Amino acid sequence: MLSRIAESLFWIGRYVERADGTARILDVNLERLNQLPTAEQILVSRQLLGVMGAVPDSPDFGLGDLLNKLAFDRSSATSIAGALGAARENARRARETVSSSLWEGLNTTWYGLNQHRKDVVGTYRFCHWVLERTAMIKGFADTTMSHDESWQFLALGRSLERADMTARMLSTHGALSAGLSWVNMLRCAGAYEAFLRTRRGAAGEEQAAEFLLLDRLFPRSIVYALSDAEKALERLDPSHRRIGFINDARRIVGQARSFLEFHQPGDLLSELPEHMDRVQKSCAQASDAVTRSYFAQPIDLSWVGEVS
Amino acid sequence: MSDLFADYARDATRSPAFDEMFGPGQVPRGEYAQVAAALGELTLADVTARADSMARTFLDRGVTFDFAGEERPFPLDLVPRIISGADWQVLERGVAQRVRALEAFLDDVYDRMSAVSDGVVPRSLITSSDHFHREVSGFDPAGGVRIHISGIDLVRDEAGTFRVLEDNVRVPSGVSYVLENRRAMAKGLPEAFGQQAVRPVEEYPRRLLTALRKTAPSGAEDPTVVVLTPGVYNSAYFEHTLLAGLMGVELVEGRDLICRANRVYMRTTAGEQRVDVIYKRIDDDFLDPQQFRSDSVLGCPGIVNAARAGNVTIANAIGNGVADDKLVYSYVPDLIRYYLGEEPIVPNVDTYRLEDRQAREEVMDRLDELVVKPVAGSGGKGLVIGPAASKTELEELRARILQDPRGWIAQPVLQLSTVPTMSRGQFSPRHVDLRPFAINDGDDVWVLPGGLTRVALKEGSLIVNSSQGGGSKDTWVLAEDPAQLPAAQPVPAAVAAPQAAVWPVDPEQLQEPEQ
Repeated sequence: MLSRIAESLFWIGRYVERADGTARILDVNLERLNQLPTAEQILVSRQLLGVMGAVPDSPDFGLGDLLNKLAFDRSSATSIAGALGAARENARRARETVSSSLWEGLNTTWYGLNQHRKDVVGTYRFCHWVLERTAMIKGFADTTMSHDESWQFLALGRSLERADMTARMLSTHGALSAGLSWVNMLRCAGAYEAFLRTRRGAAGEEQAAEFLLLDRLFPRSIVYALSDAEKALERLDPSHRRIGFINDARRIVGQARSFLEFHQPGDLLSELPEHMDRVQKSCAQASDAVTRSYFAQPIDLSWVGEVS
Repeated sequence: MSDLFADYARDATRSPAFDEMFGPGQVPRGEYAQVAAALGELTLADVTARADSMARTFLDRGVTFDFAGEERPFPLDLVPRIISGADWQVLERGVAQRVRALEAFLDDVYDRMSAVSDGVVPRSLITSSDHFHREVSGFDPAGGVRIHISGIDLVRDEAGTFRVLEDNVRVPSGVSYVLENRRAMAKGLPEAFGQQAVRPVEEYPRRLLTALRKTAPSGAEDPTVVVLTPGVYNSAYFEHTLLAGLMGVELVEGRDLICRANRVYMRTTAGEQRVDVIYKRIDDDFLDPQQFRSDSVLGCPGIVNAARAGNVTIANAIGNGVADDKLVYSYVPDLIRYYLGEEPIVPNVDTYRLEDRQAREEVMDRLDELVVKPVAGSGGKGLVIGPAASKTELEELRARILQDPRGWIAQPVLQLSTVPTMSRGQFSPRHVDLRPFAINDGDDVWVLPGGLTRVALKEGSLIVNSSQGGGSKDTWVLAEDPAQLPAAQPVPAAVAAPQAAVWPVDPEQLQEPEQ
């Protein structure tokens, strides 16, 4: 298949997952932010934006700016609207490859972006709407496209971004001065009920972090997402060598996944910032490596990527 | 104040009730200042949009109760009910005291009945109660607790004094709405939370699970807890699923359980698994067809014997109904003095015992001014409010009381306190009650800071039950001192370098330093 098309699919996967992850993080953190005194609210807003990989652009950055930056700003792919716009733009360039349901799902979503109130209460509804739309888009992608090479690229982008997003969710717990409670952290990943059923009574902060980081059966955990990415990479390049891997991406993802899986944590919570940092870096490096080996044109795709 | 409150003062004068939000002269009370300010800035369009969005969230999430076979969302009003820290401290102690007294009373009733021999209550009071079950007398339940979960209904009278309206120590329900209301409010009226220290309610399921596990039979090392529900058609089914989900335990129906050799097991894909604690959400009468109603298909035969043998903890214990009989209610202040040697902290509502000839005659003369309640009922069933009843209804009631005076009590009509509530595009005073939930783990009675505030949505109505057109409000207890809030964690430096790196050094990292 064409490199250009493959690239578009990869980014559709990433952007849709990013919109979904950002909506989850924003929704849950907003609830917390709202209950803080103004001075702290400003501080935490800035930190949250930092966790999401952007820098505040004005000295008096507050809650309103945060909403704009993370939800509604179409010019930046850090925001939900920006990511969904970029996904739609990528789908538009690959329209002949993606199924019409997937395209329509993305297109309708894009047109729906404007129909929301941009205050705090409106943002909650917006986040919910985004979760629904992205779930639908992912469902269309899974059920109306052949699971061939093109779909593998989409799945690869999605799982890399998912690992990255879960890492950010976990970071909001530690890095913010008014950290999320572990209950909210799990809610953020939609993992609360799954976690409670697994853990029964013995539930606490450390177990929650462990669940999101290491669980082998919960699809949004980092280990699960990374092994998904590995699977997609393997199907894209099934050549078996007796020693090592030609593909950098596979090496990077595999190393990160196996380190986490086999690592014996001493004190998981104090190690968490390092894990999160390395997971995010590995995802970025793997994404670069995929770009180098499959998409040829050296464009900057670090975090912002293509934006409409 | 915005025009949403334009007619509030006028509406409030129509009833002598105590208003929770406004003091004399339409000035918001201290605890309501922030909410009043937040509401003042809203327009009707805002309020309607938020109310709609909250109702939709409830329906989407399935926060419903079953009404005549139909799932309805439990209406949540936008204006919270706020209780100051000082008031709460009193209520908290009062509720805990009552639970301790009733616990002692139940232990006594099913054992030596010393309260009877010491002349505190007449024997006939106990033996004539519909919910006194001889099947469970003569043994201490495993774990030693009978009232694990209680919901004691409180009201506030015209003078603003809190009083106990009734005790619920069988299967008190409604805590799921407390949890869901708070989540909905955080999104529906975020401004009002603002800088205010509202005490959180989310720890309830954890506290409940801990208490249930703590009261497990002594042999159980890692006790298995289950929630026993009558099934999907029960009006509180949503609550059963929510609590089981939040505690991470199985929600079982009677047919999932099996008793063998006085032990209870549940049928699982991995074979039969021992059950140690049953959080029972069905009525005693249906629990065990061997002991109670033999036509019940909701329970599990043999469960009472298992409890008697001390192999399973049932929460709340079987036979608790004798303590929330409304005639027993009238003796609770005496019971508190008798068992605890303390004065009651929260007073009762004055109650006429209709078995007493003098009281009965007085009530008969004033039937149109009083509230008359059946002693064994719950949920507002069968209650007659004198001033609102027709002549024929009163005559019918008179005949029924004379036929069975033990079955009824009478109380003065209490003007429950009011809180502003959205109604036809305006805030207007509506009557509310309060059900705080308490968990007893055997050593300590913990009262959930908050509770279920039910509100009668019809103007002037005093009946707040959901089955009779009631709604609810989020209940905020303000923290007296910041220590009652979950600690705002100490600020870790945002990019604290990990002390000891556990990952191998990343070669690419060394070449390209971060910007």
